[in-house]
Amino acid sequence: MPSSFQKPGNRSAAPQATDLWPGHSRALAFWEGVVTSALVSCAAITIFTTAGIILVLGVQSFEFFRLPEISITEFFFGTTLRPGAHPPKFGIVPLLWGTFLVAAGSSMIALPIGLLSAIYLSEYAPRRVRSVLKPALELLAGIPTIVYGYLALLLVTPILKRLLEPMGFRVETFNALAACIVVGVMIIPLVSSLSEDVLSAVPRGLREAAFGLGATKFEVSTRVVLPAALSGVFASFILAVSRAVGETMAVVLAAGMRPQITLNPLTQIETMTTYIVQVIGGEASYGEPKYLSLFAVGLTLFAITLALNIVSSWVLRHFREVYQ
Amino acid sequence: MTTAPQAGFAPNRLMRRLLGPVFGTACLLATCTGVAVLTLLLGSIVAAALQGPPRAPWYAIGSNLTEAGSLIRRLATSSQSRMPEFAGYRVGIAGSLWLLGLVALIGIPVGVGAGVYLEEYARPGRLRQIVQTNIANLAGVPSIVYGILGLSLFVRAFGIKAIALGPTLLAGVLTLSLLILPIVVITAQEALRAVPSSLRHAALALGATRWQVVRDHVLPSALPGILTGTILGLSRAIGETAPLLMVGAAGSILQMPRGPLDRYSALPVEIYNYARQPDPAFQAVAAGGILILVTILLIMNGAAIVIRSRFRRYH
Repeated sequence: MPSSFQKPGNRSAAPQATDLWPGHSRALAFWEGVVTSALVSCAAITIFTTAGIILVLGVQSFEFFRLPEISITEFFFGTTLRPGAHPPKFGIVPLLWGTFLVAAGSSMIALPIGLLSAIYLSEYAPRRVRSVLKPALELLAGIPTIVYGYLALLLVTPILKRLLEPMGFRVETFNALAACIVVGVMIIPLVSSLSEDVLSAVPRGLREAAFGLGATKFEVSTRVVLPAALSGVFASFILAVSRAVGETMAVVLAAGMRPQITLNPLTQIETMTTYIVQVIGGEASYGEPKYLSLFAVGLTLFAITLALNIVSSWVLRHFREVYQ
Repeated sequence: MTTAPQAGFAPNRLMRRLLGPVFGTACLLATCTGVAVLTLLLGSIVAAALQGPPRAPWYAIGSNLTEAGSLIRRLATSSQSRMPEFAGYRVGIAGSLWLLGLVALIGIPVGVGAGVYLEEYARPGRLRQIVQTNIANLAGVPSIVYGILGLSLFVRAFGIKAIALGPTLLAGVLTLSLLILPIVVITAQEALRAVPSSLRHAALALGATRWQVVRDHVLPSALPGILTGTILGLSRAIGETAPLLMVGAAGSILQMPRGPLDRYSALPVEIYNYARQPDPAFQAVAAGGILILVTILLIMNGAAIVIRSRFRRYH
């Protein structure tokens, strides 16, 4: 690394071409170039990652759909998934249904609780309480998903059994409801911290004007602040749903591996992520239809989460109320 | 303006007076669920780890702590086993530490470099916008998709045997590095953005080159923020299970990894393997592993929060 000081003998008083930025000497200019290109390649890796994901999923899914026994319509609209049967059946609808069930169930838990806690943190909490609660929520967000999965198996399902079996419901060891509950708890911190950011970004003047007109704190929170931040709140909801869709370990441990279309949340289901884990954990070897099907399922999963993320940022940009 | 009362306006004093506190309490309760769940979670896991005949009542904290300590020592020093009383996480902990170190060496510099480029070098324009949007989208990609990417790109290398890494430590490291890249880039950018531009202008006016400005002035000022992002990224990497399952971290490895091209196991993968066993004795082993993992993570995240609040120079 060259010294940042110039040797006095190197420079004449008259301005030269090498005096111009960047770099005052040839070595320094060379070093600037090296560093710049290193940094550019770091940034390029992020682009290559996206390109790699699309390429890997696209190419192998294409290979899957080119197999003689697979048809695209049957894949996307088939309602039976039996990769081990003869002939194998690859219908993704049961997986989509399982994913939807988990996403919807966990949203019903996480969205209201997350929003209420965001309102508390931004409108009600004294500063000192807030400075404790916010890091606590961040800690909660840092807990790995395998822990939540284990918790579903160890804590939630036994409690459900104790509660519901006396009432005549049969609760399976692996069930969708336990998965919904733990995934819901898992995404609460995401909803509350993202929503809290947009709620506290609403200018004070709006609140003060409403208080000046005689509104109560409840009215200010729900009729002034919340509508003003609605786009951001909505965007955080969509991001949370996207997280629930892509959630893997908690669902693998809690929800089981039986692909079926059912409305009963107390039975086993299978999500897209679970299917991927199941295929890779099994004995399927490379090139088999079953192995290749994981890429097609992965592509669908990637497309769904990407679409949700894009919708979320679009909502944030296009429906934002702009204040000065 | 007339002062005629409007037809729709009928204030219900009682409702207004009642609704406020009720709503406030509901909000407070909702906030507390998070903290309550954290407590419940850790409590039940500690209880499960110490399963068996209760030798000491729960309020005898001293003897319980000793018991937990000896349990963790036993789990940390013994390897995989079919028998729950001998099963432990030695190989998994070693694998996770290898992963942690190598991701810190490979993934973090790339992430910080990309952040520096985007904040300090890239001219605002279409290209920068595209890269930025791309990073935001990458942050939302499910971790299992990174696992699929790692499987095809690093483990199998599209079937080209010469450059395929197989299910080795290095493949896991590269996959996790890509996984944490968006987090590291975004937090590094936030930290760099918080450095006031007067600092850059002053250094540039004194004749420093762009890299000298970044190296000697911007990076040192942004260091606490970058460090926070680094720790958050690493703690994400150490807790991830799904991508490691995809790139071949096996639960049944008995040998310690000696280099980046060895086969390996990781702590969360071993936990997953134990948790799947139907035998309840293994559930206690899994709980013990979670205890180790969560302790490591809470320490790392706590350090990140302290660094951020203590050393932040610019707001």
